[in-house]
Amino acid sequence: MIEPRPGWALPDFRELWRYRELLYFLALRDIKVRYAQTVLGVGWALAQPLATMAVFALFLGRVGGVGKDVPNYPLFVYAGMVAWTFFGNTIGTAALSVVSNERLVTKIYFPRLVIPLATAGVGLFDLVLATALLGGLAAWWGVLPSWSLLLLPLVALALTLAAAGIGVLLSALIVAQRDFKYVLTFGVQLWMFATPSLYLPPEALSETARLWLPLNPAHGLVAAFRQSALGEAVDWYAFGVSAATGAALALFGMLYFRRVERTFADTI
Amino acid sequence: MHPAIRVQNVTKSFRLGTNSGRPNLTERLLGLVRKPRANPDNEFWALKGVSFDVTPGEVVGVVGRNGAGKSTLLKVLSRIVEPTAGRAELRGRVGSLLEVGTGFHPELTGRENVFLNGSVLGMSRREIAKNFDAIVAFAGVERFIDTPVKRYSSGMYVRLAFAVAAHLNPEIMIVDEVLAVGDAEFQNKCLGKMREVARGGRTVLFVSHNMTAVQSLCSRCVWLKDGTVHADGPAREVAEAYNRAAAGGGGAEVRLDAHPGRTLGSVRAMTRVRVCDDADGTSPAVPMGGTARVEVEFELDRPLADATLGVVVKDAYYSPIFGINNKVTPCPPQPGPLTAGTVVCRLPRLPLMPGVYPLDLYFGDRLNDFDTVHNAADLTVVAADVFGTGRLPPPNAGPVCWPATWEIRAARAPEGTTDGP
Repeated sequence: MIEPRPGWALPDFRELWRYRELLYFLALRDIKVRYAQTVLGVGWALAQPLATMAVFALFLGRVGGVGKDVPNYPLFVYAGMVAWTFFGNTIGTAALSVVSNERLVTKIYFPRLVIPLATAGVGLFDLVLATALLGGLAAWWGVLPSWSLLLLPLVALALTLAAAGIGVLLSALIVAQRDFKYVLTFGVQLWMFATPSLYLPPEALSETARLWLPLNPAHGLVAAFRQSALGEAVDWYAFGVSAATGAALALFGMLYFRRVERTFADTI
Repeated sequence: MHPAIRVQNVTKSFRLGTNSGRPNLTERLLGLVRKPRANPDNEFWALKGVSFDVTPGEVVGVVGRNGAGKSTLLKVLSRIVEPTAGRAELRGRVGSLLEVGTGFHPELTGRENVFLNGSVLGMSRREIAKNFDAIVAFAGVERFIDTPVKRYSSGMYVRLAFAVAAHLNPEIMIVDEVLAVGDAEFQNKCLGKMREVARGGRTVLFVSHNMTAVQSLCSRCVWLKDGTVHADGPAREVAEAYNRAAAGGGGAEVRLDAHPGRTLGSVRAMTRVRVCDDADGTSPAVPMGGTARVEVEFELDRPLADATLGVVVKDAYYSPIFGINNKVTPCPPQPGPLTAGTVVCRLPRLPLMPGVYPLDLYFGDRLNDFDTVHNAADLTVVAADVFGTGRLPPPNAGPVCWPATWEIRAARAPEGTTDGP
């Protein structure tokens, strides 16, 4: 049945489920293509958080003196960076995914949502590798995980939801208006600095900041990721608020995507 | 019986993309909360109230000139674009093939691409795995299946892509003129497979420019003109009417300056081609055994001392039947270097059966062809009593009509004459 469909609607999750294999193959394609013909191969998954860790630890930690109250500041930064790298990269690739798969969009039908969602696969792949290295680093610094490690998959899920949701929203906006491509590039950069849990310990933040900052989903989720991975006390308030904000953004992203996806082939 | 495809009053309009007509970001954000005002001047109606039914198992051709709405109709039925108004119902699993190799990625190996492309076309992983060997064998790329497809020759690439599509097993198949790409052998294979699909009792919607292919594959034909159904009926009748209308008077004349069949990297030199019967110079249809005239006008920015034209006559499946150029046959010298002119090619004693034959044109100088246009125009051949018997060979015996002389000998001497004592 094909007819004009008006207005807002939830994605057809049953249809999406039927196309899960396509999701899998697209994710697999992205992972394989990303590391094709590279010498370092999957090592690149670790390069980004490691390099950022080095810069932050040196300039913010040593030169800026931020790290003097934090034990194992490089580990602290790396743990957050693992989560952020996943978050930022997933938003970036998801946002550009529909436009870069133009040929698919104009030549064949499938639920368009599959395209941005599949990009989360690459991020998750990298996330698992980087987390494994995090385990190694933590052990080297003598930091042992606690029961809170069990929370890690839940945090990863919340991160995926938030990142995919924002990516989905941006991908739909970029189809119609390429302006958002430029917003994306520096937006993600600025966002990183607007996520102080990456480089500041929670104690360094004011009461007000701690109250409002979790509205930035990255803030609470990055903190929760590090806390659960390194066995620190989990800030449930920040985690809860950030996860809820992320979920809300994901819902809005999917609603908006669904609303405009029917015109993708016309406007792309 | 329920129709397999029911198209009811399907309408599709596009907003014409002028720069001033394009909404900017602010307008677009406003558009989220407010319906944008429709501007009738900026609208282009690709489809205007198209309706028809297709019963299960029917093979329907959709014909029409470029811009008549064929592709839009296909995209609507494939759910790629949404109709502006009206509705369409499709019963059964739909496989749509608007392009071969959709989703192929050059970095992936042949094997990986088969799975990716298969799942893009809607096959399940199990289905692909089951057909995998058949797909690879059909494409003939067994040795290279674990090589990235960027190392494939273009022929191998297209063969593999088509092989995947050919093993798609939907109840309703929507096929665009994918056959107009690739080499002749490949196109032949495609049409062979199409015929197999058509005979297998599946519902097929086949869009084509190629009337002969439509006539031989389809039982019914829908002719779209300016976004509406102009005619709908038995394939032979509609295709003939379409041919008559397309040919018109004054020969089949086609402008070449913006022809879609021009190959990549061609220099635009040929501007127009006219195909007609040499006897009267106006009729677009050449009788069998008659002389066809192909006139190609050219225009260049530098003078050309040795204009060279190659003409390849192809059959309904785009396989070449014969080709000729003025390098291999004697040609009187041209009147000095020319920046514009006409090359006239006469093909005498045309040994072709009645039908429509696409022509490829190759234009250049003695050394190389710098302008190539595939399927530039059609040569239409009509029946004539070439053998003086009032009869012609059966139409399914190939495109070439060739005379023969006969003699019938007995194996032994006739009975009654060899009586011995």
